[in-house]
Amino acid sequence: MIFIKKVGNQSYILSKPVNIASTASIVGPKEKNGPLHQFFDQCLEDEFWGEKSWEKAESKIIKETVNMAIAKSGIPSKDIDFCFAGDLLNQCIASSFGLRESNIPFLGMFGACSTFIESMLTGSVFIDGDFATNVICAASSHFCSAEKQFRFPLELGNQRPQTSQWTVTGSGCAILTKEGTGPYVTTLTPGKIVDMGIKDANNMGAAMAGAAEDTLLTHFQDTGRAPSYYDAIFTGDLGHVGKDILIDLAGSKGYNIKSNYNDCGVLIFDKENQDTHSGGSGCGCIASVFAGYIYQMLQQKKYRRVLMIATGALMNSTSSQQGESIPGIAHAISIEV
Amino acid sequence: MDWFMVLKAFITGGIICIIGQVLIDKTKLTPARILVAFVTAGAILGGLGWYKYLIDFAGCGATVPLTGFGNLLAKGTITEVHSSGLIGAFTGGIKAASGGIAAAIFFGYIASLVSKPKIKKQ
Repeated sequence: MIFIKKVGNQSYILSKPVNIASTASIVGPKEKNGPLHQFFDQCLEDEFWGEKSWEKAESKIIKETVNMAIAKSGIPSKDIDFCFAGDLLNQCIASSFGLRESNIPFLGMFGACSTFIESMLTGSVFIDGDFATNVICAASSHFCSAEKQFRFPLELGNQRPQTSQWTVTGSGCAILTKEGTGPYVTTLTPGKIVDMGIKDANNMGAAMAGAAEDTLLTHFQDTGRAPSYYDAIFTGDLGHVGKDILIDLAGSKGYNIKSNYNDCGVLIFDKENQDTHSGGSGCGCIASVFAGYIYQMLQQKKYRRVLMIATGALMNSTSSQQGESIPGIAHAISIEV
Repeated sequence: MDWFMVLKAFITGGIICIIGQVLIDKTKLTPARILVAFVTAGAILGGLGWYKYLIDFAGCGATVPLTGFGNLLAKGTITEVHSSGLIGAFTGGIKAASGGIAAAIFFGYIASLVSKPKIKKQ
C-alpha cells in the first residue's frame, strides 16, 4: 500500500520525519551588531572578507558556511547525495561559484528570499522519497551585491526610503539526513504565486504579505492545525511593514497569530539603533536566523514545534524598470523535536 | 569676498536641493527621473531666457545644481545656432557643457583609482 502524503490542497506530511543533523551560519558586520549576534557561528569584520569584489565575498561566505555545517555533522562529504542552494545574484552565481569545488551533485534553487526553505522543502522530499540519505540545503545574500542587483549600485549613493528593507549579508546551511535524533522536518506546504499588485521594489514586505497569508492559512486548513499548535511561527522576511500586514490579514480570517509570531527580518536587526528602516531581507536572513537562533532554540527544546514560512519577491530589475508588479511566494515547513 | 553673494548662492542652491529631496521622499520618482527632470527644467528656463535672472541673483547657487547644466545646454545651443546655423542645434549644447562633462569623467576616473566602494552606514 502506498502511503499518501498529501493532505488538503497543497500540504504534505512526511512518512518519516527528516532529521536536521547540523546547521551553520556566517554573517556580516552589521548583523554582528544586531540582537542575534551570539547565535551565529561566525561574524565577519568587513563586507569583503579579503576578496576583491562583493560577489566573490558572498561566494566565500556560502562556501565556508557549507563546509562548517558538513564538519559539524560529522558526515564525510562523499556521503552527501545532493546540495540544494541558491542566492539572489543573476543566475545564482554566488552559490554555484562558491560551491563549484564541493564535488557534490548540485541543484541550484531560486525562490528569492524563500530560497532557504525552498531548499529544505525540496531536500526533505528527496530524503522522504528515498532518493537521498544526506543533503545540504543552503542560501546566501550580501547587502552590497544585492543593492547592485535589484536597486542601484552603492557608488551612486542614493537614499533609501523608510519602507525599504536591508539585505542581510550572510549565509545559512542545514544538513538534512534520513536518520538522527532531531529536530525533524515533519510537514511541508509549498506556496503558490500571489500578486498583490505592488510595484515598489522598496516595499517588498507589503508585496509578499499576501503570499505569506495564503500559505499560512492553507497550511492551517490542510492540516487542521490552529496557530496555537506551534510554539513559534516565523516568516522571513516580511520586515516590520509586512509583519503588521500579515497579522492583520490573518486576524481578519479568524487566525490570531499575534502572540507566537515573529519575522526573521524583524529579529536580526535593532530597528532603533541600526537604522535598517523596515528590517532585514535576503536569502541569508531566514537562512542565518534559522541556522543560528531558531535551530539552537529547538535543540534546547525552548521551542518544540516551529512553523517556518519563507517569503520571496519574484521580481528582477528589468521587471521593475518595465513597471511590472511584484509577485510574491511563500513556502512553509514545520519543524518539531 | 562678497559674503552676501555667498549667502544668496547657499540659499538658492539649497532650495533647489530641497525640491529634489521632497521629490525623493514624497513621490515614487526614481533618482534617474528626478535627475532628468532637473536638467530638462533648467533647459526650458534657460531657453526662455529666465534662468539667467536666477544666475545673476545667486551665481554658483544656480549654475552648480543640475538645472544649471540644463540652462547651459540651452544657452549653448542658441548661441551656436546664431553663429553657425542650424547645425548648432546639434553641436552647441554639448560644446558649451564640454568643460563640465570632461571634468566629471576625468575626476570620476581619478576617484575610482584612489577609492574603494564601501557599504552604506544606513
